[in-house]
Amino acid sequence: MQAFEYVAAQTVPEAVAVLKEKGQQARVLAGGTDLIVQVREAKRDVDWMVDIKAIPEVNVLTHDSQNGLRLGAAVPCYQIYGTESICESFPALVDATKIIGGTAIQGRACVGGNLCNASPAADCIPPLIVLNAICVIAGPGGEKELPVGAFCTGPGQTALERGEMLVALKIPQPSSHSSSYYLRFIPRNEMDIAVVGAGAAVTLDAAQETIVSARIALAAVAPTPLFAEEASALLAGREISDAAIDEAAAAAQAIARPISDMRGTAEQRTHLVGVLTRRALKGAIQRVLDA
Amino acid sequence: MPEKKEYKVIGTRPIRHDGVDKVTGRALYGADFHTAGLLHGRVLRSPHAHARILSIDTSRAEAYPGVKAIVTAKDLPDAADKVADLGEGAVHLKYLCDNILASDKALYKGHAIAAVAATNAHIAEEACALIDVAYEVLPPVLEVRQAMEPAAPLLHETLKTGSLGETAEEPSNVASHLQHKKGDIEAGFAEADVIIEREFVTGTVHQGYIEPHNATALYNPDGQLTVWCSTQGAFTVREQLTEILQYPISKIKVVPMEIGGGFGGKINVYVEPVAALLAKKTGKPVKVLMNRADVFEGTGPTPASFIRVKMGATKDGKLTAAQTHLAFEAGAYPGSPVGAGAMCIFAPYDIANVLIDGYDVVVNKPKSAPYRAPGATNAAFGSETVIDELAKELNIDALEFRIMNGAKEGVKRADGPVFPRIGFIESVEAAKQHPHYTSPNGKKHHGRGVASGFWFNIGLASSVSISVNPDGTINLVEGSTDIGGTRASIAMQAAEVLGIPAESVNPSVVDTNSVGYTAVTGGSRTTFATGYAAYEAAQDVKRQLIARAAKLWEVDEEDVQFADGEFSCINGKEAQLSFHDLSARLGETGGPVVGSAAVNPPGAGGAFATHIVDLEVDEDTGKVQILRYTATQDAGKAIHPSYVEGQIQGGVVQGIGWALNEEYIYNAEGTMTNASFLDYRIPTCLDLPMIDTVIVEVPNPGHPYGVRGVGEVPIVPPPAAIANAIYDAIGIRMTELPMSPDRMLKAMGKI
Ligand SMILES: Cc1cc2nc3c(=O)[nH]c(=O)nc-3n(C[C@H](O)[C@H](O)[C@H](O)COP(=O)(O)OP(=O)(O)OC[C@H]3O[C@@H](n4cnc5c(N)ncnc54)[C@H](O)[C@@H]3O)c2cc1C
Repeated sequence: MQAFEYVAAQTVPEAVAVLKEKGQQARVLAGGTDLIVQVREAKRDVDWMVDIKAIPEVNVLTHDSQNGLRLGAAVPCYQIYGTESICESFPALVDATKIIGGTAIQGRACVGGNLCNASPAADCIPPLIVLNAICVIAGPGGEKELPVGAFCTGPGQTALERGEMLVALKIPQPSSHSSSYYLRFIPRNEMDIAVVGAGAAVTLDAAQETIVSARIALAAVAPTPLFAEEASALLAGREISDAAIDEAAAAAQAIARPISDMRGTAEQRTHLVGVLTRRALKGAIQRVLDA
Repeated sequence: MPEKKEYKVIGTRPIRHDGVDKVTGRALYGADFHTAGLLHGRVLRSPHAHARILSIDTSRAEAYPGVKAIVTAKDLPDAADKVADLGEGAVHLKYLCDNILASDKALYKGHAIAAVAATNAHIAEEACALIDVAYEVLPPVLEVRQAMEPAAPLLHETLKTGSLGETAEEPSNVASHLQHKKGDIEAGFAEADVIIEREFVTGTVHQGYIEPHNATALYNPDGQLTVWCSTQGAFTVREQLTEILQYPISKIKVVPMEIGGGFGGKINVYVEPVAALLAKKTGKPVKVLMNRADVFEGTGPTPASFIRVKMGATKDGKLTAAQTHLAFEAGAYPGSPVGAGAMCIFAPYDIANVLIDGYDVVVNKPKSAPYRAPGATNAAFGSETVIDELAKELNIDALEFRIMNGAKEGVKRADGPVFPRIGFIESVEAAKQHPHYTSPNGKKHHGRGVASGFWFNIGLASSVSISVNPDGTINLVEGSTDIGGTRASIAMQAAEVLGIPAESVNPSVVDTNSVGYTAVTGGSRTTFATGYAAYEAAQDVKRQLIARAAKLWEVDEEDVQFADGEFSCINGKEAQLSFHDLSARLGETGGPVVGSAAVNPPGAGGAFATHIVDLEVDEDTGKVQILRYTATQDAGKAIHPSYVEGQIQGGVVQGIGWALNEEYIYNAEGTMTNASFLDYRIPTCLDLPMIDTVIVEVPNPGHPYGVRGVGEVPIVPPPAAIANAIYDAIGIRMTELPMSPDRMLKAMGKI
């Protein structure tokens, strides 16, 4: 493993200053469950690791029905699924945090790290997209906000500019009769990266017969996780039915542009988009009905 | 049924002698080894699957601070045209050496090119990046059928096919062709009412041991070389080192550290000679460790294969003919396990007419290494699927069909040997009567399949010595690496002879200077052969102790009897001494007692297994979930039943992995794209049900306690059993391994 400098930043401005000065040579270190592995395998060349875990703002975890969820960028997965109200309101995010690695990894891996690593197959990103998450970003010019859908720009690439870091994610409180669901396909039952991932959020009418609105997002079928806009839109106002779900699944398949690699073939992935979109939608609807 | 003998120790389940050290983390593995002045070595590997090495310039790396030495193939003795004798047949020395450090060509991605010794591992790694190697990249050959084409690029310009005693004129990637014939194959098929012929493809898979290869070497100023490493056989490491380094065997000591799995993959040496070269050049101890990618790309694997199987049977269910074409990838140098596959493929059945052709073919992949019943799993995937298809066609229960045609004592195998008493039929009967097989199985997309398997097992040489302690215990010294509980299973055989508890034996696995020659822990031989040596060494101790008792009692040795741990006088004189009490009186009767034995027992006795699997197919995703698994196996005599069960369960799990997801995935350039445990998908505990085991005991006439080797055969049936269960679930015959979700979707016509 290459030698590198380590900085434990105490404040956001301190971290931002190092990131600005060192540019490409520096990376933020959150849980390190991606970063350390990548450096050890010589897949990433890093001279400065800027540890943010001592910064108060990135450790914030608050949730209430007025303001929704504020999730600091360095909050580990276990705290998310360990908070009952988050499990009730944001089940898709909980689904994802529960399948990232095993217990040990979940004790350290963060949703923010999962997002900033910008893997096309990242499990947290489809849930963040369907839940309308907003990225709170700090940089040399102060703080700004960006919808999560615009955050990833390519495999391992984000909209963050020199000196910028993610501080937190804000997720609005879903309206009543809403729920969400995330699942992935992996060849084994654990230990794999998603061949395809699909997240869905739905809001039903009070009678719970009609879909008021839906959001579908996909992982591992394009250079970035995708919001399936058309598939989502065509469900609005539709009665819950297999036909409507099948149409949405087909529309989701239409936007998938997967590659073939050691995790799966392009044809397999396109096929799975259909299967998983159906299962995600049905899962989210069932959660509303069961609530 | 053979009579059941009564044993005191054998058949019980004592705690293993190495257990405390292992569960407390105190056991010392190769990577734990440390000594003053230790340097760290790192191997530079070829980025190309097939390339000529034009030049290697190490000057930049040598100048890097902390670098102490760099070695390349030039540091190995000239191997051209020499033949190495490794005890198990002659090997082309150049192949052996070139696999350690490539001289003229890199033959697979990951092939070792050079190595650096430095003051720490990070410096060694960084220095590797400073070695400038100029390559002429050549097109890789990555598949056995492609490699056999006359127009295929050649790996070795001088390799010519050896076929049935003749050598071909032109060079080829086909290293050898073997054939076994029995009866008249044409007549056999003419007799058949039903004939099934199918083609099968299996993927390249790795042994997947948890502990990567490692070695530390040190040359003393007097020229004595010591190597500490993780190996299945310290003596085979010594033999390979003496050949590769052309260094006297008497000047090499190999110290086996604890081993974190081998499964056949830790018999060939890789980093041991490299560490030795670096140690020689620096005059310091040098430790070389592999990481997981090194292990995948530079060691193992067991090969991919292409197999055609044709079998015929009469309408009343008698197999009349069986024919196969086995083409196995050897990897970069000759030596695939096709020969063993050819010995095993039809062995469970009594078939009058058999024709077996096997081909050993080089391709641009790591040189294949043994893997648990090498070759037999590939072969059985073909034959046991065809057997299933024949049984279905004939409307005969698949296990009944096996019983009707099963091999028994006196049946001659196509490759020559005649079976002694074996337990194939008994293993199938046990499966047939098992509640798993008799339980209903009818749910949609659920399937049940069965398959059998054979592995011949080996004997070979083992040595043991035993010294008696004054407190009635014994120290047992052996040379067999303990991979699966053999300290216990060997100690128990000595304990049984001497009438003492297993806990009264202190077994140690020692270095090559401290015990007689002992062949590798492999071929399912250790409990059989080293156990046999322990039995004989204990008999030696017993004879000597009888003499001591006779001396004490002033009687003839013939008048002393030993039974149940007690020596007694049988000439009318009242005298009795326990093993414990007599051991306290050795000083006064002539001094220490040391017994020893060296054996090379011929009657290893083959092992048979029959497996039943239930599974569920997700028709939308193509994923197969194993729901229930039962394995029956003839163990001859289970010395320590828990470890027999453990071996069966472990073999089944590896077979399930091979069947469902494990494979080397290559890109067009010949780079393995999944060289990590993340993407090389070994089953996790969440992918498996409890593996149920049934031990059948048909004693092996070739061993005093009836032991048959048990470690390998359990990996043989799973792929075929799973393929047969998939057919039962969805009506589709899978003929390619692994039966991964994408292949399942393709077979189902979903993609
Ligand atoms: C055994 C194992 C299993 C895994 N399983 C899964 C899985 O099932 N699914 C999955 O999606 N992932 C998985 N991962 C990957 C990883 O655990 C997740 O992506 C995790 O969420 C990353 O979070 P982290 O806090 O460890 O990120 P880090 O490794 O600390 O950072 C990841 C990247 O994001 C950057 N970064 C982090 N925080 C910020 C910030 N605030 N601002 C700017 N940049 C930042 C870092 O510089 C780095 O490039 C697994 C990893 C391991 C080791």
